[in-house]
Amino acid sequence: MSEKIKSSEITDKQTYLNRRLFMRAAVMAGTATASTLLYRRLNPPAVKQVEGEKLSESAPVSKEDAIKQGFTVEDAKTPLQSIANYNNFYEFDTSKSGVARAAKGFITRPWAVSVEGLVNKPRVFDLDELLKLQLQERVYRLRCVEGWSMVIPWIGFPLKTLLDKVEPTSKARYVAFQTLLDPKRMPNQATGVLDWPYVEGLRLDEAMHPLTIMATGLYGETLPPQDGAPIRLVVPWKYGFKSIKSVVKISLVSDEPPTTWNIQAAEEYGFYSNVNPNVPHPRWSQATEQRIGEYGKRKTLLFNGYGEQVADLYKGMDLVRDF
Amino acid sequence: MSNIRFAKLVIFVNAFVPLVLLLWDVYHHNVGANPQEFAIRTTGMLTLIFLTLTVAITPLRKTFGANSLVKLRRMVGLFAFFYGFLHLTTYIWLDRLFNFASVVQDVARRPFILVGMTAFLLMVPLAITSTNKMVKRLGGKRWALLHRLVYASAIGGVIHFWMLVKSDTRIPLTFAFIVGLLLAHRVFVKYAPTMPAQTNSGLFPKD
Repeated sequence: MSEKIKSSEITDKQTYLNRRLFMRAAVMAGTATASTLLYRRLNPPAVKQVEGEKLSESAPVSKEDAIKQGFTVEDAKTPLQSIANYNNFYEFDTSKSGVARAAKGFITRPWAVSVEGLVNKPRVFDLDELLKLQLQERVYRLRCVEGWSMVIPWIGFPLKTLLDKVEPTSKARYVAFQTLLDPKRMPNQATGVLDWPYVEGLRLDEAMHPLTIMATGLYGETLPPQDGAPIRLVVPWKYGFKSIKSVVKISLVSDEPPTTWNIQAAEEYGFYSNVNPNVPHPRWSQATEQRIGEYGKRKTLLFNGYGEQVADLYKGMDLVRDF
Repeated sequence: MSNIRFAKLVIFVNAFVPLVLLLWDVYHHNVGANPQEFAIRTTGMLTLIFLTLTVAITPLRKTFGANSLVKLRRMVGLFAFFYGFLHLTTYIWLDRLFNFASVVQDVARRPFILVGMTAFLLMVPLAITSTNKMVKRLGGKRWALLHRLVYASAIGGVIHFWMLVKSDTRIPLTFAFIVGLLLAHRVFVKYAPTMPAQTNSGLFPKD
C-alpha cells in the first residue's frame, strides 16, 4: 500500500461498512421486489366481472317439476366470480385463469347464427331475434373432462325451439356446430393449439332433448365473453367441451360430424363424451370431481346425474366403446 | 458476512418469495376458483424452475468462469427438493385427500403420476447426500456420479408436465429445450477434445 495516501483520504471503516450494508440491503430489497413482481405477473389477480345486460326470463315451472325434469338442481350455485374466472376457452387463452383477461372487450354485436344444411327453411338468425325467444333459467351441473365441476344458472332456450323453426328434413341425423373464426377478436386462434374453428356435434335426438339448450346468459344477465358470449350450447350430461361457445353456425347433417377434441386426440375424447365415472380418461380417472368452492372430492355421477332424463337415448349402446 | 454468504442469503430469501405469496393469497382467498389445483400446479412449476436452475449452474460456471457459483448449487438444489416435496404433499392432500391406497393406485394406473413420483424419489438420495460430510464419505468422484441423477429428475419432471397438458405444450417444451441445452453443454464439455482445462475450485472434482 502506498504511503502517499493521507490518512484523511482513507474511508473510515465504519463508513465503508455502512456503505456495504446499504448496497446489500438494496440488492436484497431489489431482488425480492423483482421476484414478487414476476410472481404477480405470472399469476395475475382475477378480473372483476363487468355487469352484463339484464335478460328477462319466463315464469319458472314449479320447483318440484323443474327438479324432476332436470331443469334445476338443489346443489349450491357456483359464485359468478368463479364462473367468470375459471374457463377453458382456448380461442382466448389456454390458461383457465387467463381467459377472462384475454376475452375482455370481446365484441358480440352484431352477431348472427346461421342454421342450415338438411333443413326445409335454412335461415340466418340475428342475435336480437334469438334473445326475444322465451328464455328460461336452467340450473345445471357442468362437469369438465379435466375433473372439476360447477353449478351454473344458465338462461337460454331449448335448441329444439330453434331447430323446429328450420324444419330438419328426414335425412338429418346429426347437428354440427361451429364457433366464430376471427383471430383478430379471438387472439389465440393465431396459434395452432387446436384446429380452428372449434367444431362440435350432437346426434339429432340429443340435440332435440329438452335438457339441451342454447344459453345466452347466466345469473340473469347476458353471458360474459369468457363463458361463450353471446350464445353457446349447453348439454349438461356431457363433458364441458361438448358445450361449444360463441356459436355462429349450426348445420343439420346426415353423418357424424368431426369434433375438435376428437380431432386433437381421438383416443381421449370420443364423439359422445357423456360424463361417465366408469370410463377413465386415458391419462386420469373420471371417478371423482373437484366441485369448485368445495373442499374434498365428489363422486362423479353417470350422465352427470341426468341419467333419469337421458339414459334412454343410449339404450343398447356400449358406453365404454362409444365413449 | 462474506460475499458468498450474502449471495446465499439473497437466494434463500428470493426462493421463499413464491411460497410466501402463495400462502398469502390462500389466506386472503385470492387463488382463483380452484385453489387446490392452483397450489398443486404452482408448487410443481416451482420444482421445475429450481431443478432447471440447479442444472444451469455448472454450465454457467464453465461458460463464464464464475467458479464460486458452485457454492450456490446445493441451496438451489435443495429448494428444488423442497418444492418437489410440497408438490407431492399438496397432491396427496388436496387431490387424494390422504387416501394412500388411491395414491398407490394412481401411481400404478397413470403414467404421468408414475413419472412424476419417480422424478421426485430420485431427488431424495441427492438431498440426503447434500452435506459436506456426505461428500467426504462418498468421495468426490462417486458423489458427483450419484448427483448426475439430477438430470434424470429434471427430465422426468419435464416429461411429467408434458404428459398432463391437453394440447398447449409450449411451456413444457420450453423447459425441455432449456434442460436439453444444459445437458448438451455438459456432454459437450466432457467429450470435446479441444476444450482447455478448467480451473478447479478444489471443493468438487472436475467432471
